[in-house]
Amino acid sequence: MMSIFYSLLIAVTLLFPPSLEKTDTVTALTNARIVTVTQGTIESGTILIQDGKIIQIGMNVDIPEDARVIDLAGLSVYPGMIDSGTQMGLIEVGSLPETRDASELCDLSPQMKALTAVNPNGVAIPVTRVSGVTTVLTVPSGGMLPGQAALINLHGYTPQQMFAGFEGVILRFPATGRRGRFDSRSEEEVKKAADEAMKKLNDTWDSAELHNRIDSTYQTRPEDGRKPEYVPSMEALRDVIRGEQTLIIQVNAANDILAAIEWVQARDIDRVLFSGLAEGWRVADKIAETGIPCLVGPVLSIPTRQSDRFDKAYKNAGLMHAAGVKIALRSDDTANARNLPYHAGFATAYGLPIEEALRAVTINPAEIFGVSDRLGSLEVGKEATFFVSDGDPFETATTIHHVFIAGYEIPMESRHTRLYEEFLQRSPGLHKHGQD
Amino acid sequence: MKLKTFFLVALLSVAINSAAQEIPTGDLLVRNATVLTITNGTLENTDVLIQDGIITAVGEQLSASQDVPVIDATGMYVMPGIIDAHSHIGISNVNESSAPVTAQVSVGDVLNPYSIAIYRALAGGVTSSHVMHGSANVIGGQNETIKHRWGLLDPDELRMAGAPRTIKFALGENPTRVHGRGNNKRPASRMGVEYVLRETFAKAQRYQEAWAQYEENAKTNPRAIPPAYNSQLEVMANILSGDILIHCHSYRADEILMLLGVLEDFGVDQITLQHVNEGFKIAPELAEFGATASVFADWWGYKFEVYYSTAYNAAILTRNGVLTSINSDSGELNRHLYHEAAKSQKYGDLSDDEALALITINPAIQLGIGDRIGSIEVGKEGDLAIFDRHPLSVYAINQKTVVDGIVYFDVETDTDDMRLIVDPESTVDTVVLHSHDDTHQCLYEGSLDLYDFLESN
Repeated sequence: MMSIFYSLLIAVTLLFPPSLEKTDTVTALTNARIVTVTQGTIESGTILIQDGKIIQIGMNVDIPEDARVIDLAGLSVYPGMIDSGTQMGLIEVGSLPETRDASELCDLSPQMKALTAVNPNGVAIPVTRVSGVTTVLTVPSGGMLPGQAALINLHGYTPQQMFAGFEGVILRFPATGRRGRFDSRSEEEVKKAADEAMKKLNDTWDSAELHNRIDSTYQTRPEDGRKPEYVPSMEALRDVIRGEQTLIIQVNAANDILAAIEWVQARDIDRVLFSGLAEGWRVADKIAETGIPCLVGPVLSIPTRQSDRFDKAYKNAGLMHAAGVKIALRSDDTANARNLPYHAGFATAYGLPIEEALRAVTINPAEIFGVSDRLGSLEVGKEATFFVSDGDPFETATTIHHVFIAGYEIPMESRHTRLYEEFLQRSPGLHKHGQD
Repeated sequence: MKLKTFFLVALLSVAINSAAQEIPTGDLLVRNATVLTITNGTLENTDVLIQDGIITAVGEQLSASQDVPVIDATGMYVMPGIIDAHSHIGISNVNESSAPVTAQVSVGDVLNPYSIAIYRALAGGVTSSHVMHGSANVIGGQNETIKHRWGLLDPDELRMAGAPRTIKFALGENPTRVHGRGNNKRPASRMGVEYVLRETFAKAQRYQEAWAQYEENAKTNPRAIPPAYNSQLEVMANILSGDILIHCHSYRADEILMLLGVLEDFGVDQITLQHVNEGFKIAPELAEFGATASVFADWWGYKFEVYYSTAYNAAILTRNGVLTSINSDSGELNRHLYHEAAKSQKYGDLSDDEALALITINPAIQLGIGDRIGSIEVGKEGDLAIFDRHPLSVYAINQKTVVDGIVYFDVETDTDDMRLIVDPESTVDTVVLHSHDDTHQCLYEGSLDLYDFLESN
């Protein structure tokens, strides 16, 4: 009997290493500088967390006797950073097709769900989260409607455990810009491809609207309507047309942004976000008028035109904010999504106010994705998803000391730290194992 | 004057004219800065005087004649011009990928002084780039060390005259993909890479011996017949004699050990390993050989040979006594090498001087120009970057970049559009949307376009 008990205990211990155990016990983080983002900064205070949630924050908080206490004197607590565009969990090794699950074969596959293909054991996940980036939008790619992005927390043993409560259909809006410096198409070819893509998009949307009308009729009057054919892609778009699902439009060139605004208005789409916006600054006023939130980035990138000032990509987020656009930042990276704070740092150096840069990686994306009841700031009732640093998280030299995701204390290690520990002073060094 | 003599004189004067083509240099006095000398610590409230493009004094309250331009750098940080040890900017071609050995070609033949990437690098405080051939071939073409003299239109004026010649080698996935998988030609594996290296060096040795024999014979026999000239083996022989430095694209520990073995067998004792993501695994061996390393601050994961990487690579190499630099290999990343150095400092607790050395004196030494640039010292060339904050801060913005004592970048006075040429056949303003894959130029080296490759697979 006992042996079964012990083997069960061992099994449970293996499944949940002690450091990752979430218990009903209260954890108290004391003497911390608490940057709530939404309710100001407490210079020295306490955060109590229990059962994965923040249960108290303040300067004078009673700490239960049995609480686990972590003294954070000299350190600061920030809400976990949210990267609004990565391919985390979908791509393991960039050049190896066998390890890439971000793209399906069809140009039109809005029913594909990124969450399905998220590998919770992706090596980049621990690398990213120890930098304080706790939550990312992971985005499928390829084709016009590559599928549905998913917001995930960077801890969990299953995609469902990682899911952070938001999915959105990606639309790669027909682009008139060139795809990088190796795109050798002629001007005519670029325009022709964009025109064809635009026609395809409109044809697709016409079909989806028709499908929606047939289905709506059938839903209200099943007796005299006909059940629409089973077309999974149309069903995915139907949710967008009905305003039940968000459409995330990837668009970058100024003219394309204007075309996308026109298209969104013509199609009367309620829940819509823009993503990318490399030339957002050129038409920032027009975007601001629509109120469409923008997932902007990467900040660390090359200007889109040779005639542009060298620092335009760095300034883009600040200029868009100044025009009144609501922005969240994205790294558009996977292996190095850990650099999100540096994208924010460069945006700050080049004009985005630092408070806004902080909001653009915390509360803004939480609000934009509709999960601000759970994430994005340090408030009672929200998930205990935050990090502890010894200073400004955007400054390169700053060290992240602790990371909590939904109350789980994350081990501060990754492949990168483990290789450092093993190889800083390798043993054996030179000339052992019987060799000369 | 005989006609023949006339032509000879005319020809000679043309030759002299082009040889004497003066690279412009300037005088400059930078006042009251925090000077990050790199080799002699940090000096507060210090002036730097440059005359005719050369640093002639570093100290407090320097005096100079009235006509020397003065920059008041109060509150600013002056560092040596940043040096990028691995770049592909300012050239119209990167790869001659038609054969696994192309030692006879040189990217110095395709310098493009109109490339806006040169100006953008300047804006990031970079004054010199090691412009490299691509990594399609085991033994690629020769590289060129350039100075960012933006606005000089003769390609020769970009060259850093007197800098040692260097050549690109490449191991691993790229040459085996391009030649083995792409053209069904050796090398298709890392075994084949070693074979190509050994075969080519052995032929070069024979070539050297044949010429030595001929020169010996010619002393006594005026009718001795020279061996056939071979432009490729000529370059390889220059490597064997130490006149050309090897910079080898390499990632995995095993392939690097293979290369060191080959070099040892052929008596080549200088090598800079480029990228070298797994250098940390064999840092003691690299130190013992005297190999140096030029690495990324944190790039990894884009292909299998960089899957087992660590951003602590630069720190592990440095602590094990391997001279290390941080490079960009990218027209995006080269604009913030100071930030890359800061990341390398963070991952492994390097000192400020150690971190800044990664992008200044260390790459200079790797390029054989450590006695000319890479630190702020009297006698060195007047290449500076002037930042508003400490350059290891993420908030630092480069204010001015100086090459040879001339200000080539000024954040305040430069116009937005700094192009030197406008393509009359292109639309008024072509929009190019850069992706991460695109800015990573190594991925594109070779005949296969990675974008198409990924999209089609």
